[in-house]
Amino acid sequence: MNRVPLEGKVLNENARVAAELRERFRQHRVLVVNLISSPGSGKTTLLEKTLENLPTAERVAVLTGDLQTENDANRLKRYGFPVKQIVTGGTCHLDARMIEKHIADWDFAKLDLLIIENVGNLVCPSSYDLGEAAKIVLLSVTEGEDKPLKYPSIFFKSELMVLTKTDLLPYVPFDIQEAVENARRVHPEIEMLRVSCLTGNGLRDWLNWLERRKRTFLADVAETVA
Amino acid sequence: MHELGIANSILDGVAKEIERRPGTRPTKVGVRIGQLAGVDPDALNFAFEALTLETDLQGLKLAIEFRAPQARCRDCANEYEIHNYDLTCPACQSPNGQCIGGDELEFAYLEVEEDEPCAAGRKSSE
Repeated sequence: MNRVPLEGKVLNENARVAAELRERFRQHRVLVVNLISSPGSGKTTLLEKTLENLPTAERVAVLTGDLQTENDANRLKRYGFPVKQIVTGGTCHLDARMIEKHIADWDFAKLDLLIIENVGNLVCPSSYDLGEAAKIVLLSVTEGEDKPLKYPSIFFKSELMVLTKTDLLPYVPFDIQEAVENARRVHPEIEMLRVSCLTGNGLRDWLNWLERRKRTFLADVAETVA
Repeated sequence: MHELGIANSILDGVAKEIERRPGTRPTKVGVRIGQLAGVDPDALNFAFEALTLETDLQGLKLAIEFRAPQARCRDCANEYEIHNYDLTCPACQSPNGQCIGGDELEFAYLEVEEDEPCAAGRKSSE
């Protein structure tokens, strides 16, 4: 028997494509964020409210992933920005190849922001780099406060946690403090926002976060180029 | 559920390495998986077995080194494993530990055997 060292990432093909995508996004100065949550946490609704409130001149596009149906893309197309549906046909996550294929005919010189809505799933999407600058995890107040401890991978890898459906707080036994503490146990530096898409509370904070993140991304790109 | 795809990628990696080593066959592949990688070892073992069943690679063993997340103390630079999300530095008790790894999903090693020379010998004498 002979043992030889093996190097490299197991998902190295995905990592290779993701690195190419990241380079391309940086060259065109497009901030890419990857929204991840359980099914039904409100990713599409948050996107609807985001697109509804962005100025029409905003250079934003959306890729939305689902196992089946074009429903989400149809919901999001109403706002006049470029939207494309990725139907995975059963695959429980998006991978870098799917992104590469679906953006092939988009002109990135005309974009500043690309929002990717991943397939509703807190587990598998966390393993697949899509070339994004930031992962964002959504947690709705109708879920358990212990989700960050049950699914640590995605909370560890996300830059921001958005608590959604906060208008329901008076009616559900959700302990915000505990949820925040659990997320910070897994990822002490994670940023937090609270949003209700129904009342609009916190929506401005979310839009400001995106603006700020665009600026830090551009500063980061400028620094690497210089 | 994505463990099937990951098992497939592991087998791709094994196949590539074996191409570079003619005359050998793989017996065990080692991978390192961090607890924060979001990969379930049982599901991965199951997928790996299912994919190798009744193929040339049947019997190939998968050795998973499941690693706890790692931290570095911001105060004394000590490096240690994190258990139960407790970031406290065991050396200086500082609470300022910073997670520095734990989401790895990477190859570690491959064990190979030379193709059996006696079998080859028998063949040539026939």
